[in-house]
Amino acid sequence: MTEKPENDQGQLWEVFIQAKPGIAHKHAGSVHAHDAEMALASARDVYTRRREGTSIWVVPSNMIAATTEQDADSFFDPADDKAYRHPTFYTVPEGVKYL
Amino acid sequence: MNKEEALQAYLIRLGDNALILGQRLGEWCGHAHQLESDIALTNVALDNVGQSRNLLTEAGRIEDKGRTEDDFAFFRKEQEFRNNLLVEQENGNFAQTITRQYLFDVFQFHLYKALTESKDEFLAGFAEKSLKEVTYHRKLSGDWMVRLGDGTDESHAKMQEALDIMWPFTGELFEMTEIDEVLIAEGIVPSLKDIEEKWRPEVEAVIDEATLAIPDTMGYMARGSRDGHHTEYLGYILAEMQALPRSMPDAKW
Repeated sequence: MTEKPENDQGQLWEVFIQAKPGIAHKHAGSVHAHDAEMALASARDVYTRRREGTSIWVVPSNMIAATTEQDADSFFDPADDKAYRHPTFYTVPEGVKYL
Repeated sequence: MNKEEALQAYLIRLGDNALILGQRLGEWCGHAHQLESDIALTNVALDNVGQSRNLLTEAGRIEDKGRTEDDFAFFRKEQEFRNNLLVEQENGNFAQTITRQYLFDVFQFHLYKALTESKDEFLAGFAEKSLKEVTYHRKLSGDWMVRLGDGTDESHAKMQEALDIMWPFTGELFEMTEIDEVLIAEGIVPSLKDIEEKWRPEVEAVIDEATLAIPDTMGYMARGSRDGHHTEYLGYILAEMQALPRSMPDAKW
């Protein structure tokens, strides 16, 4: 047995919910839990109470690498004047969903 | 006792267990140690209240005297309730709530599973639908049993204390009466002896995994709910649960 600090709620997990089969998992929020199994259970209870999901991912928050605000200029601004990268010159076939 | 009388009494027994446990768990709303547990416990509470609504409504239909789910929930006296003593026990700390929940969830799971094969159409359908909920409840409380029992020194001590408190109330979960005899003969309900045979090894394995010990009660087990005798806690639960409908009958909101 190991000592745990007082009021320890476990580590933070980011929760991703898939609303329907086939579409991407979307960030829903976060939960506290001591392991992945309990994180999934908490995510189920907190974020899928109203049939929001068909699948859940949980990821330890500290495993997510993120860009910083200082990176914004070099990361995102160069795309500003490149309208030709937008796929607006194609017609989308009928019946294609979630594009 | 004929089949209809026995079935109505059985539905009350199941319905009261779900109702009183739901009411108890609802007391946690806004008070749990973390948001995640707060929502988890109240989800389980709502599942149980939902089950009790179906069960008590059906009990009223079979009785055929015009009593509704609300009449059963809010206008019966303590001695008329047939919930097991276990579910009316105090929430205490989180360890006590989880231990009470786990011991009951495993019982409810195996009972509902057996009831899916009931010759009574309502009970079979009800059990089929509710089993999905109870399967999740059992997993949730079982996970916490192991994590807290085999956790820190403090969580282990609290879980052992909780098990010492709750264990003596598990015996009467399996007590059978004339109601059971009539309904077993009709193929409507299982023998609670069979349920106990499934409950015991499962509960013992999890208690063992949680590094906890079943207390030696020296053969003593509390009983009384089959005859409408309850612990001192049920009166307080009913006082809170029934105050509004009794002071303002037919109130709508």
